[in-house]
Amino acid sequence: MIEIKNIHKAFGDHQVINGVSATFHPGITNLIIGGSGSGKTVLLKCMVGLHEPDQGNVVYDGRDFTRMNFEERIAIRKEIGMLFQGSALFDSMTVEENILFPLNMFTNQTAQEKLERANFCLERVNLAGKNHLHPSELSGGMKKRVGIARAIAMNPKYLFCDEPNSGLDPRTSIVIDELIAEITDEYQITTIVVTHDMNSVMGIGEKILYLYEGKKWWEGSNDEIITTKNQELNDFIFASKFMKALKK
Amino acid sequence: MFFQPFGKYILLLKAVFRRPEKWSIYRKEILKEMVAIGIGSIGIVTIISVFLGAVTTVQTAFQLVSDFVPRSVIGTIVRDSSILELSPTISAIVLAGKVGSSVASQIGTMRVTEQIDALEIMGINSPGYLILPKIVGAVTMIPLLVIISIALSITGGYFAGSLSGAVTGQDYIYGITKDFIPFTFTVCMVKSVMFAFIITSISAYQGFYTSGGALEVGISSTRAVVISCIMILCADYVIAQLLL
Repeated sequence: MIEIKNIHKAFGDHQVINGVSATFHPGITNLIIGGSGSGKTVLLKCMVGLHEPDQGNVVYDGRDFTRMNFEERIAIRKEIGMLFQGSALFDSMTVEENILFPLNMFTNQTAQEKLERANFCLERVNLAGKNHLHPSELSGGMKKRVGIARAIAMNPKYLFCDEPNSGLDPRTSIVIDELIAEITDEYQITTIVVTHDMNSVMGIGEKILYLYEGKKWWEGSNDEIITTKNQELNDFIFASKFMKALKK
Repeated sequence: MFFQPFGKYILLLKAVFRRPEKWSIYRKEILKEMVAIGIGSIGIVTIISVFLGAVTTVQTAFQLVSDFVPRSVIGTIVRDSSILELSPTISAIVLAGKVGSSVASQIGTMRVTEQIDALEIMGINSPGYLILPKIVGAVTMIPLLVIISIALSITGGYFAGSLSGAVTGQDYIYGITKDFIPFTFTVCMVKSVMFAFIITSISAYQGFYTSGGALEVGISSTRAVVISCIMILCADYVIAQLLL
């Protein structure tokens, strides 16, 4: 379980996150949604320590991450997997080397055990046999799947996904969403997905946090989001003609 | 203007020299960097060194118009100027262009494509993993390149002198062996180690703090080369002043 308590973050005079608190439970897909510039990615980066919040706490299963130093955070970071918006695969390494990287760095497994784990992760994301390709040889969807494979290589307790559907066609987006939801359920991971993709919201949003101008504006599930009376959230959800038609 | 970037540079260096997570992985990375910096730069160092020696010989001969000055002095001048100034400094400036821009753009690209964030999320000390192998690789390989450069520069001078008739081979060899002060070689090695550190650390700093996209990576790369060159010349003066 991850708790965020009263998170504030500003860049200069610009207050990006303004007192956001929430609890994210394991085994369900938690979504943080909001328009561009609403502070979703900044909140996610505060949670994983890529940004330091100006105020507030991020607590991983009772461990206050914000109060830890670099060395103390390493233990929690080994339990975190993250899928980046642009996949962030290491260009100089093959798919297999990308997945082996955290295993090489932090485990004392034999080469055979590590290879088996890498192959298992690749099979899990339906990319068996693609071990020796370089990231430049992969499509956008394949890169995302390798990103997921690398993120789950260390058996994480917490999985963060920053806009996993960006730049993908609708069908591939659904594949990625389903994969994230399956992995979350299978390994009972605490998963947090930042997105503004309404297909993801409706498809896998078991718990949804809506951010508006850096504040928590609404919280609920994908069943509740359709019927909400919250004006800003309604404007966000039903911005597209397709969603408007669906509502009618 | 100056103190904030300098403070960030010092803090980055502190992170670079933090204890590595796993030595075996760092060792591999160091070897890779040694090959990239050392073997990858031999070609350019060879070309500039041979020509530096040749040009120094021809120009020194042109200025030696007095019959009272023995022609062997040409060899001595080529030797001393190669060891003390031309090989370490010119090689370092050329390497700042080649190695420095490569380091800055490589790390800068990793920054803007979130690869550095990915390392940090995994719990890896990204400055250490990315920058330490480059610094160690450069600090070990650039002095070796400078030694090669000295040898090639003196050889280039020999051929230029012999072929142009500016100095006979015998005089030239007598000149390069006469009154050699071994301490000049020590100064040369101190310079090359310092220059190697300057090139890699400044370029890595520029790359590491890149923000934006491809345009900013290019700007960081250019800035890395310019600042490295200026710092090399400053360090050159300081070392000369302190050691000679």
